[in-house]
Parts: sequence; structure tokens; C-alpha cells
Amino acid sequence: MAEEHKQIDALTGTATTGHEWDGLRELNTPLPRWWLWTFYLTIIWSIGYWVVYPAWPLVTNATQGLFGYHSRAAVVEDINALHAMRGPMMQQLATASTAEIAASPQLIDFARAQGRVAFADNCAPCHGAGGGGAKGYPNLNDDDWLWGGKLADIEQTIRYGVRSGNDKGHQGNMPPFKDVLKPAEMSSVADYVRSLSGLSTEAGVDLKAGQKVFADNCAVCHGDAGKGNREVGAPNLTDKIWLYGSDKATIVQGLQQGRGGVMPVWEGRLSEPAIKALAVYVYGFGGGEK
Amino acid sequence: MTQLEELVRQSEVKAAPPPAPPGGDDIDEIPLYAARRKIYPQSVQGTFRRIKWIVLLVTLGIYYILPFVRWDRGPNAPSQAVLIDFPNRRFYFFFIELWPQEVYYLTGLLILAAIGLFLMNALAGRVWCGYLCPQTVWTDLYMAIERFTEGDRREHMKRESQPWTVETYARKGAKHFLWLMVAWWTGGAWVLYFADAPTLVKDLATGNAPFVAYAWIGILTVTTYTLAGHMREQVCLYMCPWPRIQAALTDEYALNVTYRYDRGEPRMSAKKAEQLKAQGERVGDCVDCLQCVHVCPTGIDIRQGSQLGCIQCGLCIDACNTIMAKLGRPRNLIAYDTDLNIKERLEGRPSTYKPIRWRTALYAAIIAVAGGIMIYTLATRGSEGISVIHDRNPMFVRLSDGSLRNGYTIRIVNKQLKSRDFVIAVDGLPSTLIDFVGLPPRADGRQLVAVGPDQTKEVRILVTDYSNTPPAASTSVLFSLIDVNSGEVAQVRDHFFGPEGK
Repeated sequence: MAEEHKQIDALTGTATTGHEWDGLRELNTPLPRWWLWTFYLTIIWSIGYWVVYPAWPLVTNATQGLFGYHSRAAVVEDINALHAMRGPMMQQLATASTAEIAASPQLIDFARAQGRVAFADNCAPCHGAGGGGAKGYPNLNDDDWLWGGKLADIEQTIRYGVRSGNDKGHQGNMPPFKDVLKPAEMSSVADYVRSLSGLSTEAGVDLKAGQKVFADNCAVCHGDAGKGNREVGAPNLTDKIWLYGSDKATIVQGLQQGRGGVMPVWEGRLSEPAIKALAVYVYGFGGGEK
Repeated sequence: MTQLEELVRQSEVKAAPPPAPPGGDDIDEIPLYAARRKIYPQSVQGTFRRIKWIVLLVTLGIYYILPFVRWDRGPNAPSQAVLIDFPNRRFYFFFIELWPQEVYYLTGLLILAAIGLFLMNALAGRVWCGYLCPQTVWTDLYMAIERFTEGDRREHMKRESQPWTVETYARKGAKHFLWLMVAWWTGGAWVLYFADAPTLVKDLATGNAPFVAYAWIGILTVTTYTLAGHMREQVCLYMCPWPRIQAALTDEYALNVTYRYDRGEPRMSAKKAEQLKAQGERVGDCVDCLQCVHVCPTGIDIRQGSQLGCIQCGLCIDACNTIMAKLGRPRNLIAYDTDLNIKERLEGRPSTYKPIRWRTALYAAIIAVAGGIMIYTLATRGSEGISVIHDRNPMFVRLSDGSLRNGYTIRIVNKQLKSRDFVIAVDGLPSTLIDFVGLPPRADGRQLVAVGPDQTKEVRILVTDYSNTPPAASTSVLFSLIDVNSGEVAQVRDHFFGPEGK
């Protein structure tokens, strides 16, 4: 038994625990008693907690506590307080036009703050957290707009969507040319389209042939000069911005299968102030047109 | 073994007389928790006691009075010399006004405090603990109150060992009342640093102060009363990390409160010492009167050598010197000295104190450099500031004509008490154009940013590079904020990003 080896350490006068390792003995130094009392105090404190706050789970419910505290109620209270605080500004957002909002120094700051949150919640999955877009999803920071970049245009797009099935939404498809054009025609028109925006073309390609294919098939939407048409959302093919990519394979793929990205309708899903706030916020990315 | 070595060995063993184990002789009945050994520090007079009184008066005086010191900063600015203004996010310290952007001065202050503590330690051990630490200062004050109400050591112990009378309760009641008053006023002074002091005093008195003020007074009252009144030396022994750090930082050249066992040992009564001396035997100067133990606020025996519990306040030196004077023996049997010196003297060499060493020189140099940088930057900082955050998503945007654009969020700081107009310039790109989002140009065509008095303003700007040569993946650009009236300039560097390798 270790008990038998307990002794007083000569140097310090402290008793040992009886444990010994290679001649090293462990001193038995008791913890200070205030430490114990601190521990008891925390227990007493916890009992107070049980009494005043909801604590003990019962079969179908839990003890409610004397304070009547309820985390759900606290959240609802906070939300109501927030709504009450924002109410007047929200009311103004709902009734003012986006142009009026943009002209008002107070409203525009509020709208941007609201829009930032709404964008992160609803738009960022496709357009990116900063509106940078992705392949097939327009970059909202640049100055190229398929359906118009004025405040009212942006609001319209958000409200009714693109190819969304809504009557007021933007319509217009790039049809597939797989069964219309021969592979050689598609190749030559792809090279021609690349040349429109100053991109390199394959050596020995007959751009004249491509131009003819373009005039016959594409110019009806993209315009004779390839400048695009916002009525049908046809992109400007002469600028440096490519929604799906500018390499030849991507262009040929677009010709074969057609293009037609969809943006959903947000009216009804987002509140009136949120839609306007979003329009103002997106406009502020830097691509908005005057 | 030489005679001196034998003496050292003897003194070392004697320096640690084995006390009785806790729980009596039966070592199987050692309690799981040790009760605190109550300490009744005796009053003492002398040099170090006087220094402690002066430090106590000065530090507590500063703490209690400073919030009421006024400092005129002109209209629309607080006139309190030291004010931590949380609602407006300003810190005022006499002529210095700090903004949240300049919180790095706090880092500098912490460096100075830490190295200052190291330097103090390298020169004279734990003088911080003994004289300046708030725990020491308030505990000292509380002990003075205790001696005033309950009597000095002997009287206090005697009264507690006898059955308690009405007088005992009255004295204890008075003590706790005075303790609580000090604690309450300590908490009261604390909150005054966070609002205009005279106004807050009035509000506190009339019950109009914010709840948080009362809460903090309550918290500080409880902690002061508990820590200075009840925890006392236990804070130093169990809670404070500094004794542990200090033990690792100290060296043999640092001064410590030291019992000079080379002179004190062997201990014996004055009478016996006379007899042995007459017989030509060696005697020590320590008469084992325990005065050094009785006056110690942490209850240690300094004759056991330097130890964690010693805060080096020097009260044992005063106590011992009083006894030595009575006995007609030389002073400073306990003194600020080093163990090294004792060994030197034992071996017949003179004792020395080297305050200038590599260690202290290095500490002093760090303090000088850090302090110098702080003073320089404080003296030369402008009344305007600019900080720039580059848009991260997307990093850059290609416009339809192929030029590149980067977005930045710029925060402009105007520390002056009047509204100012600024222009922003960007240098480092071949050809640039700056757009202010949502900020139309003025009638004269200039794009100015107006920032209100003592305010900041955030603007988002778009910088477009129109050069035909696309910039590299990253180009360093310089943002300049220029006050159009005074011409004052603040600058900051950031980057302009483009597609990599194209």
C-alpha cells in the first residue's frame, strides 16, 4: 500500500503522497479552500439559472423559468423592433421610383444597404458575391448590358426575369443552328464573329464566306454590323465581353445548340422595397448606364 | 570544505526550517483543501514604507482626480483631459486625440508597458509588484483601514482569539463599511473616464445616469472589495501570471529583496551572541525576532530566499532596520541586493551592482525606439486620412472596349472640426479615369468629396486603365487624398489588378 510510504519531506516539511518515481517523491499540497468555495458558488449560481430561465426538459415541454424568457420570443421581439425602426424608410422605398431613390441622398444609402443583403441572399449564387458573374451569367460590373443598363431597365429585368415565362419578362432565344448550317459554315461564321471584336482568326479562313453566313442567318438579331439588339437580348459581338467565352469551340457550340439563359421572376418572391433596392444596388456596381 | 562553504550550506538548510505539515502530525489526515492562513500584517515605519505611502497617494490621487481635469479643445469637442468616448469612438488624452483607425498606438503602449516591466525587473526585481501594481496599492490602502478600525497585528489577533463583543462587531462593521466606500468610489471614478465627469456625477446622484454606469460601478465595487479586502496576497500567489514570468526573466544581477545570510547566520538571541562572541565564536546578526515575517503583506519569510510570494515591497527591510538600530548593529541585514553579491562577499570580493548590462541596454533601446516612433508619428500625423480596400469579387472588370477597371472602397477621415473638400488622385497607371459611384460632379466639373467636421466618409471609386497595353497581373498604384483648400495630402498605396499573363 502506498499509504505506508507516506512521509514528511525533510526540505519543505510538506507531506508526500506516497508516490515515488525513480527516487522523486510527489508533495501533497492541498488546493486552497477558496477554490472549493468558488466551485460551490458556481453550483449555487446554476441553481439560480434553473429557476429563472427555462432549463429542464420535460416530456412535452420544458420548465419555463420565472423570467418568462423565451429565445423565440426574444428573436421575434428583435425582428419587430427592427421592422419598426426601418418601417418609415421601407415605406418610402416601396412608394418611390428607382429614379427618385437614386436622387435622394438618404434613400440611396438605405437602398444600397438593403440591396447588398438582398443581393447576397438571392443573386450571388449565379452572379457572384460582387456581381462578377460567371460563364453564362452576366458580369454586372461591366458596361455591357443585354437588356439595358439604366435603372428602370435593371428594375424591369429583376422584376420579371429573362425567358422566365412571365409575359412581361424579356423574351428572345438564340436558336440552335445544328440542322440549319453545315459544319464548314459554322466554322467560317465563328471565325468571322471573332474577327468582329478583333480576335485572331485561323490562317487561310475565308472571312467573306463567314460574313455571308452571318448576313443570312445572324444579322436579323445581332444586326448587320453585329452590334446586337437589346429588344431580343442579342449580344453585341463587336465588343470584348463574351458571356459564354470567346474561343472558337465555345462559339461553335453556341451555334450548334443555341443559347438562352434564364433569370427567374422576382416579383412576388421579393418585397417591393427589396426589388427597388436591388436595382439601385446593382446599378451602383459600376456598369449602370446614365 | 572551507569554513565559508560550510556556512553557506548551513544557512541554506537553516533558511528553510520545516514547518509543521498541514493537518497536524498525522500525515494521513491531510485535508483535500487547504484553508487560507490568515495574515495580520504589522504596521512598520521606514524608508520603503514612506515610498509606498507616496506612491499610493500619487497613483490613487491621479486615478480619482484625473477625470475632473479639464482641457479646452474648442467648441463641439469634449473638454475633459482624459476621456474614452465610446459612442463617438474617440479617445482623448490631453492634447492627443485618437481615432479607432489609430488603435495601433495601443499596441505601441502595450509594447512600452511590457518592456518597461522587463527593464524594471532587470534593474530592481519586482518593484512593480511592490509599489505600483493596483492590487498592491489597493490592498495596502485596505490594510491601513483594517489597522485603523481593528488595531495593529497584536490587538487584532488578540481580539479575534477572544469571544467577540459588541465592540468587535462594531469595529468589523466599520472596517467593511470603509472598505465598501473605497470600493464604491473606485468604481465611481472608473465610469467617469467614459463620459463627461461633472455631468455624470450629477446624473449618477439624481438617478439619471445610464444603467451601464451603475452596473460598472457595481462590478468594480465588488471586485475591489473582494480582491483588495479578501483575496489580497492570494491574487499574487494564485491568480497573477507575473511572478511566473518574472522568475523566468530575472538573472543574478537583478536586485531583489534579499536576506544577507552571510551576515545573519547563525541566528541567536542578542544575549547568547554576546557570550559566544566573547568566546571568539562566529555569530550572526539575525536575532530571529520574526519582525520581517510579521510585517510582510504576503506572509512569507524572506530568510528562505527569493520566492514566488515575495512582492519585494521592502517592508521587511524597514522592519529589520528598526531592530538593527535598537540592537546597535549595522543596518540592511535585509536589503535590495543579489544572491550573486552574497557569494562574492563570502569569497572575499566586493559586491557590485551593474545597472548597465546587455539586457538592460537592449530593453532601454527597445523602449527608446518604440517610444520614438510613437512620438514621431503622433507629432507628424495629419488631420486627414485615407484608407483603401480593393474590391475582391471581382478583382477586375473588362469593359466592352477592352480596358480594365478595378473598384475600391475608400474611407476618408477628416479630423478637423470643419467640413472639408477633397480630391482623390491615382498615380501609377499609364492612363486612368476615376469614377465616383453615386457622386455626380459639381457644377464646375470637379469631382470633390465633401467630408463633414470630425467625420469619416466612405466612397466607392472605379479606376479604369485606358492604356492599350494591359497592365500586369498586379500594378502598384498610389492614392492621394488632397484637401483642395489647404493642399494637405494623405497617401496610401494599393494595387491595380489585371488578368494574369495577358
